[in-house]
Amino acid sequence: MKVLNIVEAAYRGTLEEQDDTVIWICTAMKGAKADIDVLLRGNAVNYAVKAQDAGGLSFGGREQTQPPKIADDVVRLKAQGVKIYVVEDALRERGIEPSELIDGLALISRSKLAKLFGDYDQVWHW
Amino acid sequence: MSKTFTFALMDAPFENARSTTALRLIDLAIKRGYNVNVFAYEGAVYLPFAKQAQHANAVHGRSVEEENHPLPRAWIAAIMNEAAGKGIKVDWVNCGLCVDERGAGEAIDGVRRGGPADFWKFAESSDNTLVIGTK
Repeated sequence: MKVLNIVEAAYRGTLEEQDDTVIWICTAMKGAKADIDVLLRGNAVNYAVKAQDAGGLSFGGREQTQPPKIADDVVRLKAQGVKIYVVEDALRERGIEPSELIDGLALISRSKLAKLFGDYDQVWHW
Repeated sequence: MSKTFTFALMDAPFENARSTTALRLIDLAIKRGYNVNVFAYEGAVYLPFAKQAQHANAVHGRSVEEENHPLPRAWIAAIMNEAAGKGIKVDWVNCGLCVDERGAGEAIDGVRRGGPADFWKFAESSDNTLVIGTK
């Protein structure tokens, strides 16, 4: 069974979790031999931007020592053999240039998403 | 042979309508004779939290008994009881790490601890899987 996981709700609890929970569960499932890929759409396309820095959070002198590094987490997921699709229309709408992204992504236009979905047994929209 | 559906839930109780919608779908699946797997992820591990308690509502002018505040744990227990009465399997797994970080370890009977590998096994062995993610 091959599943496409769509990540759209971005930066939801990422400071508390120190990661994105859907990227995390995909990484964990891949470790359990799941045959999965990931599609970043909407605000989640920013997960592929290299120059993210969530460091420096501090409350009452208590500093966060392991801030989320989501682009690195996406790189790790990709290194496990998970294909990472990014909706290029969403990048363009947000003024994000492809040169700002991590390497090895598959950019895809919205008009081709329906065909992409057809390549999978199931599509999970987190 | 009856079919099996898997649901992945992500929302905490008392936050939005997705949780009750999910329970409606699960209840309907059981009423129609389907086995159901549930993987509760992130805030959804609080859906079957055993310490949910009813309260009075002064704004409504009602006592605890009169208010009879609905509790997701009670709905889930009712769904499980209904399923058991029909000989239908409901396998509810709470994500263990999500439970730990929230201190939500006290779940109602019938809920077990697991992880993403359980969710994948659920999905592989099911006729279909519905993810109801947080938005």
